[in-house]
Amino acid sequence: MLKQVGLDRPPTVRLGDAVNGDFFAGGLEYNPPARGVWNIVHTGMLIPETHEIFACAQGCLRGVILTAAEMNALDRMSWISVSEQDMFDGTLESDVTDGVCEILEKLPYRPKQVLLYLSCIHLFAGCDFDVIIAELSEKYPDIHFADCYMTPTMRKTISPDAKMRAQLYDALRPMGLDRKSVSILGNDRATDENSELVRVIKDNGFVLRDLTACTSYQEYLDMAKSSLNIAYLPTAQFGCEELSARLGAQAMYLPNSFDADEIRANMAKLCDALGVDCPDLTAEENSAKKALTAAKEAVGDTPIAIDFTAVTQPFGLAELLVRHGFDVRYIINDCLGEDGAAFERLKSLAPDITICSAVNVNMLDFPELEHERVIAIGQKAAHYFNTDYFVNIVQNGGYWGFTGISAIADLIAGAARAPKDRRRLISHKGIGCESCI
Amino acid sequence: MKNVSRIIPCYAADTSGVCSALYEFGGMTVVHDASGCNSTYSTHDEPRWYDQRSMIYISALTELDAVMGNDEKLIADIVSAAKDRSPAFIVLCGSPMPMMTGFDYRAVAEDIQHRTGIPTFGIETNGTRSYVDGASKALLALVKEFVHDMPKDSFEGTSYNIVGATPLDFGLTDTVSTIKKMLGECDMKFISSIGMGSTLDEIRKAASAKVDLVVSYTGLETARYMEKEFGIPYICGVPLGVSQKDICASEMHRAARDGRSSYYPIVRGRSIDNDAERAVIGEAVLAGSLAREWSMLTSAAVDVICPPDTDAALSPDKKDMPLLSEDEITAYLSDNGIKTVIADPLYRYILPKGCELLELPHFAFSGRCFAKDMQNIICKDLKEVWGKLP
Repeated sequence: MLKQVGLDRPPTVRLGDAVNGDFFAGGLEYNPPARGVWNIVHTGMLIPETHEIFACAQGCLRGVILTAAEMNALDRMSWISVSEQDMFDGTLESDVTDGVCEILEKLPYRPKQVLLYLSCIHLFAGCDFDVIIAELSEKYPDIHFADCYMTPTMRKTISPDAKMRAQLYDALRPMGLDRKSVSILGNDRATDENSELVRVIKDNGFVLRDLTACTSYQEYLDMAKSSLNIAYLPTAQFGCEELSARLGAQAMYLPNSFDADEIRANMAKLCDALGVDCPDLTAEENSAKKALTAAKEAVGDTPIAIDFTAVTQPFGLAELLVRHGFDVRYIINDCLGEDGAAFERLKSLAPDITICSAVNVNMLDFPELEHERVIAIGQKAAHYFNTDYFVNIVQNGGYWGFTGISAIADLIAGAARAPKDRRRLISHKGIGCESCI
Repeated sequence: MKNVSRIIPCYAADTSGVCSALYEFGGMTVVHDASGCNSTYSTHDEPRWYDQRSMIYISALTELDAVMGNDEKLIADIVSAAKDRSPAFIVLCGSPMPMMTGFDYRAVAEDIQHRTGIPTFGIETNGTRSYVDGASKALLALVKEFVHDMPKDSFEGTSYNIVGATPLDFGLTDTVSTIKKMLGECDMKFISSIGMGSTLDEIRKAASAKVDLVVSYTGLETARYMEKEFGIPYICGVPLGVSQKDICASEMHRAARDGRSSYYPIVRGRSIDNDAERAVIGEAVLAGSLAREWSMLTSAAVDVICPPDTDAALSPDKKDMPLLSEDEITAYLSDNGIKTVIADPLYRYILPKGCELLELPHFAFSGRCFAKDMQNIICKDLKEVWGKLP
């Protein structure tokens, strides 16, 4: 790779020289054209018989409305725009309340729930969201109004994504816990049915409840019956703990790890909570090793680039691949997440890996720089390394555990063998969602 | 309520207008915002994002920086990026949060220019207005900075600039090159396209043109400025259809000779007095041009509805309507018995029963949804575009 030298804000750093935390100085940010990650519109649409209403300025509205338009779901979203005048004339709350009422009266159907999103400027101006929700709930007692937030300016406290994954379950009310019910919370896509996580729940006679599988509003409400709530995405942990505390259920965070010991520990923890014997995972672990060996054969010496949107633990995946002989050469990630231990181990194991920023201003021309042929894991990596040989997943693609490692290894082998239509795939917003483009 | 929509989208916002208008000139545009504006712009409002690089960045504003008024961080970040990227100019615009904190664009721009030596201008957007407003201000700022009076081009015929063409109104349909080809056949010489399709060096020569062709409301303020500063008259209209192209060309020749600006290509004349059963919904100049052509072809009245914004001068017949909301548009179409509409496909959701839609995707409205269906209608017979024109 041709290195960009002498820059005030370099977009890359050698792993061996990187410090735990933010890898790059903050500054202006670039937005690469990789759109597969879900946003708060996609996530909210998971709830059946629910309508989304956004109240914000035109600039912010457009992104969410067209997200809905592209997923052919315009009929499930409405909006209220905020003007300059609205900010200063004391009508901030009443504009939202009146707007929601008008929308509900015009809708050709009666939603069971409305996800009402306010924006940064509402919160900044001290808008009383509680009053809005209370007034609407009084006027429409048959509709649940959930307070939702499109507040990227406030991302340093809690990200809009994490908050959304919490508010998704706002309508759930205590209805008596069922010892044989388990929920997986906060995931965009169904968890792989073949995963040891799902199998141990189902094979032991538990009902697995998951929003991604709900086909009716009642099914969604019935998620409140679960005595155990599981999250495995970092952005789902907050919501899982909050809902569990509200319902008196047990919360369990089982991060999507690539470390064999951690996978076994997570499974033991889960089985203990379920009160079942922990299955012997030797076969799954051996299958994962075989899949990695096969992937290595397919990949050969071709370098690998991993980005943080593909998997929640990019350093963890990098460590696993390095230990199986892969030439992991690049990791695209701006700050360290939950795989700090893997990061530290990799510093000794493969210190020459290059960490690339996903948003640094100098990444703009990165795809045009001279690159060796790279197999990418993730859309941003595919874009920046200008390669059609890539694994097209976000947030682990619904895979988990040893079976997840096998599946991702198979995807890597597939990526090495055949190119993909990169432009089309990375243009689609929200992997797995319908798209009209 | 005017600010409520049950189903149809809103138009691109002012911040996107700024970014789009300045995309191709080698400058660096910074949107002072958390992240939403840039993501929306680069995903839904900018069809060039994947293929053509441009230094459009976000300031990544946080609540703490907004509350504390930490402008120094923004300034330092821009100065640092400018050092790395060496842009031809720097533009700073912003979203609702800077509006709330009373951010002083002009002062910060001056500070940045002082520290970098690079021409810098602040454009006061706030994410609550339409793309027309932002793009209009951006083109005007560009011309004020880089266009200076100079002798007219030695070409004996009519030399011209195209003003106000951006992908937000015309998509990536080769509109500019088609207009250039068509006007070239009419003994005219292209100087620049103040919008898309030119370099900054071409823009610097814009004052050598004898006439400006304003193809969208986005270009009108710039054309007015150039008329005042450089004595260049302008013609408002898009040379579409079979008759409009001749009208535009003859008007441009005339204006180059006698120096009088004109909106003639969007004047529908006496037929406007009749009750219309036809309407065009869209950007003011393009919709006005379509309406005139449609009116001429059918000898019937055609109404124009301009949801993004319009100017009194762009409604020479005083009948074009700046209807902004879903409610207003629905009511107008219904109350006036409109039977056929040319509009973006997403307007289908609010057309009265029995009203026929002739689809003309508008990127500033439906974004990428129908980008692959966008048509270059310059010089094309409108009957061929839709297979009919009732």
